[in-house]
Amino acid sequence: MSPNEGLTIAVPRGALMGETLDLLEGLGLDVSEVRSNQRKLLFAELGIVTMRPSDVPTYVEHGAADIGITGKDVLLEGGEREVYELLDLGFGRCRMIVAERDGEDTIAESLRRLGTFTVATKYPRIALDHFTATGRPVGIVEVKGSVELAPLTGLADGIVDLTASGRTLVENRLVEREEIVVCTARLIANPVAHKLKAAAIDSLLARIGELISR
Amino acid sequence: MLPDEMRELRAISDRLRAAFEGAGYGEVWTPTVEYEEVLERGDQRAAGAGLRLFDGSGRVLVLRFDMTIPIARLVGARYRDAAVPIRLSYFAHSYRAVSRGQVQAREFLQAGIELIGAPGPEGEAEVVALVIEALSQAGLEEHRVGIGDGDLYRSLLADCGVLEKDRMPLLETLARRDLVGLGAQLSDLGIDGADLELLTSLPTMRGPAEILDRVDPRAGRAVENLRALNALLNKRGVGDRVLFDLGLVRELGYYSGAVFEVYDPAVGYAIGGGGRYDKLLGRFGRDLPACGIALDLQRIHAAGAAEERLDRESSK
Repeated sequence: MSPNEGLTIAVPRGALMGETLDLLEGLGLDVSEVRSNQRKLLFAELGIVTMRPSDVPTYVEHGAADIGITGKDVLLEGGEREVYELLDLGFGRCRMIVAERDGEDTIAESLRRLGTFTVATKYPRIALDHFTATGRPVGIVEVKGSVELAPLTGLADGIVDLTASGRTLVENRLVEREEIVVCTARLIANPVAHKLKAAAIDSLLARIGELISR
Repeated sequence: MLPDEMRELRAISDRLRAAFEGAGYGEVWTPTVEYEEVLERGDQRAAGAGLRLFDGSGRVLVLRFDMTIPIARLVGARYRDAAVPIRLSYFAHSYRAVSRGQVQAREFLQAGIELIGAPGPEGEAEVVALVIEALSQAGLEEHRVGIGDGDLYRSLLADCGVLEKDRMPLLETLARRDLVGLGAQLSDLGIDGADLELLTSLPTMRGPAEILDRVDPRAGRAVENLRALNALLNKRGVGDRVLFDLGLVRELGYYSGAVFEVYDPAVGYAIGGGGRYDKLLGRFGRDLPACGIALDLQRIHAAGAAEERLDRESSK
């Protein structure tokens, strides 16, 4: 059997791509072309398709890829997807946090005086779930780009965002107030492939398990 | 729906109907709207998912979300003294609430069979074999039926000492197919050693009947039932079309015992499902064991088209 067990694998571009390709290399796939050719998206002979991380659950749910790798943040924000979450791959570790401007606690102040507060985020579902679960009425301001700008310009009291090193926060004079969840890369599978290609998926899973426990 | 699609869909439903009728499953029809209290009597959880309306006197009506509960009501009212087994089929629309961002229609067309008054495993064998045969008649070639036990995981949680209040969150995580989260939740509850191994590995046990030999003896009763069912399916010549899946869970709450899901490798979603529901009929006045399968006609249509496309591509 080929190193990918005949499965189609959805590989995320961006921050998780390097370590994902390292993992696939460890399985015996020659991924040098995937690394060097940034424009090509489909590598049929390797069984690899590349895409932005937030598209991985979509391709896997619809069966366009049998398995895929993406961040837990993407899975949480994507809501109810019909995919199996099979394995915590451990890499790509970052934290979903609540932050605000250094100095006074604007969020607490707004909540005390106005009964609500606002956060800007690229993760509206995770933010809403978090504040709802902790009993705080929140206004969500959805932004697509650099969310750190929002509290600095008065767009929102705080932000909900992913942070790995915390450097961007410091540079924009923001401080972390709460940690919502720790996110790592996850291996997901299409539910029908999980049943009908069980042997291939289990064999790949065992080999990946060996690699990441080293 | 326009003529091209309608014509193909009709061809599929005509062939399924012929297969069901040929096996003695007469077609029935029930109203699209039901009193909410009727559906709730069948399944407390699922009734909440429907679309609601009110009649002039303020009673709550819902659009049915499946045909099994209306047929249970029908059997309780109209088949009070009929000899068993009762074999019924249906071709009807059901309705569901659709969540944001999902490619799903609120109205979906189901074709299904219900076998009432036949205990397991003979009942399951008849229903599964007929569905496999009917789908072949309808033009599919690669379809498979996954078979699991809807009670198994719940009862193993109890055996492993998981408290009643902790079981539902675990079952929900399993139903979401989050096996990473399931392992973490079990560890948080202090489950470890052989119990943790059993509860995390069981949902991944799926495949041909041989997998039943590797299952922990604590799942003995369920495994015995599935073995017996496998023997009957082999006798009916469809053993190679089924797979056993101990992680299979179905959303509706009325299932007890065997559960089914129907797949076609050409599409990434299940094209049908069902199971045994021995306690449902009793709530409508006729306490009989029963099982059935519902197929999603539009998904079967899509699976047939996808199979054809794959054939064309591979023959190029």
